[in-house]
Amino acid sequence: MLAEFSLDNFIFLLEAAQWTLLLSVLAFVGGGIAGFIVALMRTSHIGALRVLSTVYIQIIQGTPVLIILFLSFYGLAIFGYKLPPMVAATIAMTIYSSAYLGEIWRGCIEAVPVQQWEASTALAMTRWQQLRYVILPQAVRISLPPTVGFLVQIVKNTSIASIIGLVELAQAGKLVSNATFQPFLVFPIVAGIYFVFCYPLSRFSFALERKLHAHR
Amino acid sequence: MPIVEIDNITKRFGSNQVLNGISLSVERGQVVAIIGRSGSGKSTMLRCINGLETIDGGSITVAGHKLTNKHEHLIELRKDVGMVFQHYNLFPHLTVEENIMLSPRIVKKTATETARETAIKVLKQVGLDHKRDAYPEQLSGGQQQRVAIARSLAMEPQVMLFDEVTSALDPELTAEVLKVMEELARGGMTMLLVTHEMEFARRVADLTVFMHQGKVWEARPSKEFFADPQTPEAKQFIGAGAIK
Repeated sequence: MLAEFSLDNFIFLLEAAQWTLLLSVLAFVGGGIAGFIVALMRTSHIGALRVLSTVYIQIIQGTPVLIILFLSFYGLAIFGYKLPPMVAATIAMTIYSSAYLGEIWRGCIEAVPVQQWEASTALAMTRWQQLRYVILPQAVRISLPPTVGFLVQIVKNTSIASIIGLVELAQAGKLVSNATFQPFLVFPIVAGIYFVFCYPLSRFSFALERKLHAHR
Repeated sequence: MPIVEIDNITKRFGSNQVLNGISLSVERGQVVAIIGRSGSGKSTMLRCINGLETIDGGSITVAGHKLTNKHEHLIELRKDVGMVFQHYNLFPHLTVEENIMLSPRIVKKTATETARETAIKVLKQVGLDHKRDAYPEQLSGGQQQRVAIARSLAMEPQVMLFDEVTSALDPELTAEVLKVMEELARGGMTMLLVTHEMEFARRVADLTVFMHQGKVWEARPSKEFFADPQTPEAKQFIGAGAIK
């Protein structure tokens, strides 16, 4: 029994899109916190921390996010931790984004000229004071465009959570398409909703980039 | 007792022996100009004094602090040793006043109001108190360098190191920075400066140190040294400068 694509279907898509948004926000916040720690470890003076964080980044960046998702959903289930799809997806997306944000932010910290370290060293600051008052404020400015750019990637990559049964936007699109058999209507609408989320972010990233360059 | 005592320090970068047994002692209030060719080790020597570079051998004592690799010791030493760089190295995200107040506030835990008073005082000293709220990029090179000097002064150092501080400036801006430095020297500040300004070295420095191949080739009162350098290398170096 096929039904025509209706307003109800559209509302269903929008409701699912809320999960996409929520997952994006959680992945960004969790990944941001973990990524910040990774970036600090990557630029640390302590060799062990650098090695540890480098290995972490290499493993995560060299692994499909799908596999991380399977591991946190099916893998942990073997040990008796049967996680709801949303929790498993949040964990996987957090791990995924922490590795990328960590590496993006490491680059931004290293982009601050070495002379800024020297000047603050000569002013008797500790390493933590240098980071807190001199280096990070400058690194944050540099990091805004690539960070917002990566946010777009996060939003789009949440679609991967559909594979473990989370009814987010992509999964909802599949369900509606199956019910109405109008894929060429449904999926463009789904794509349009993603676009509505991502386009302002892209514009924002672009505007930031121009603003920061103009300041130089 | 000398305020800076450098005893037989050595330093190598890979196979390149940059400092080859340097000894130098500087009395309180003395102004010492360090001159020599590029690559003679003069900047490296200066950077060793506050631990920006590590030394391989020998010892350095500054204002009662013996230089070690221990982080806490280095912090204590650096509170007493100011440094000004060739490229100013102001913090671009902070205003002039914030640049100057930052280290007194967070390192010395000075109250904000006291730090502000100090900032105004040192800015007056370098003639820039009207630029308190400017950002570094809004200032000329000479002004930025004077702010950098003021930032150093705000920590109330006992010794100040100047690493080719006028090399990036045109002659006019160089003059305004040198004028500030001369006033500092007259005020009794102990100063070590790596410089290419021979005239300034001759006129203002008590002692001129000519470095060559990582060694102190000559170290004599400036007037004597410039009137009659003893070694052929120093003669040639000063002669080359005079032709320019």
